[in-house]
Amino acid sequence: MSELVDCRGLSCPEPVLLARQAIQREADDTLTVIVSNAVARDNVTRTARAMGRQVKVEEEGEDFKLQISK
Amino acid sequence: MRDRLFIIIAGSVVGLLAVILVLQGNPANMGFCIACFIRDIAGGLGLHRAGVVQYLRPEIIGLVLGAFVTALYVREFKATGGSSPVLRFALGMLMMAGALIFLGCPLRMVLRMAGGDWNAFVALPGYVLGVWLGTLFLRRGFTLGRSQEQAPVNGYAGPSIAVVLLILLLAAPAFIFFSEEGPGSMFAPLTLTLGAGLIVGILAQRTRLCTMGAIRDLILFKDYHLFLGFAAIFVVALIGNLFTGQFIPGFAEQPVAHLDGVWNFSGMTVVGLAAVLAGGCPMRQLILTGEGQSDALITVLGMGGGAAFMHNFGLAGSPAGVAPAGQWIVIISLVILFIIGAANIKMPAKNKSKERAKAS
Repeated sequence: MSELVDCRGLSCPEPVLLARQAIQREADDTLTVIVSNAVARDNVTRTARAMGRQVKVEEEGEDFKLQISK
Repeated sequence: MRDRLFIIIAGSVVGLLAVILVLQGNPANMGFCIACFIRDIAGGLGLHRAGVVQYLRPEIIGLVLGAFVTALYVREFKATGGSSPVLRFALGMLMMAGALIFLGCPLRMVLRMAGGDWNAFVALPGYVLGVWLGTLFLRRGFTLGRSQEQAPVNGYAGPSIAVVLLILLLAAPAFIFFSEEGPGSMFAPLTLTLGAGLIVGILAQRTRLCTMGAIRDLILFKDYHLFLGFAAIFVVALIGNLFTGQFIPGFAEQPVAHLDGVWNFSGMTVVGLAAVLAGGCPMRQLILTGEGQSDALITVLGMGGGAAFMHNFGLAGSPAGVAPAGQWIVIISLVILFIIGAANIKMPAKNKSKERAKAS
């Protein structure tokens, strides 16, 4: 079961902090982060990639769904 | 790599434009100063009566409109808000209070450093201390809460205010104040100041340039992305000042500055901490305002209110130094910031989202 981190309505660095904690927690698992602004999308993507993860971004209405995996 | 190059270019352009604006008439080491310029606008509107700092600065108008047009173009304009507006107004006030003790926002601190004003080098560690204190709250789960999507009119409010200010500047009706002496009477030609604001607004919207984020991300994540832009502003402004004879090193007789090291340091500590809690430096708040965030607009309005408060009660620093009442403001500001920081520490949202994920 993959973890969902809901960061909608939060502005950076909060989404990055939450995503980092989740990545560290779920070392081997996949993870979904939902953000509601482009800044958070870009920052979480950059952070996850810097931590050696792959990121797939999907637009979901007004939000962005980031699938983070090893 | 491309992103890094882009933010270095953006910072360089800010540094270069700052030097040009001073050469063309802006006060020395004040090509850009978001706090000073918002204070000048508050004065121009008559919200305070400090006669030497009243002018509707087109740089501010340009920054908001540049970010607005860009955000519309790249489809990032989104009307959001409702995340602790009262606290954000207060944080804007406190950010302005600290900046008017030091006499400059973080951007002007960098430009003062690049102009050889050693007092700004005293302020820099104070600023870093403030940002570091802010990260302690963030690490413990500080949040002002989630913003909500709002009716588009909320997002258009900021850019609309910018347009109204531009009309007032051009029409110059009798009820708008224009300084006849002092820093408020010194400004580069309108096309240049407005153009510089627009260019920086565009670049800052695309790169997310932020003088607080630069230090915060280094401390929190060892991420130097934003810091590259911060450093580029300094390096290019320094080179520009050296080439144009505007680099005048020393402590004494620096333009729009005072020698009071303790209050230069602690004033910027207030700015750094307030900026972390508010989620962006004064410039970034203007950019976010252009993107439709009414939370940022309320912070900017708080800055305007803070400027009026500081000048109406004679609390702002001046080349003569910081009056005792202004010194108390620094201490009171720090106390309020610690209260706001501590009162908004919440458990991370992880548990809730986990529950939600399991439920779905």
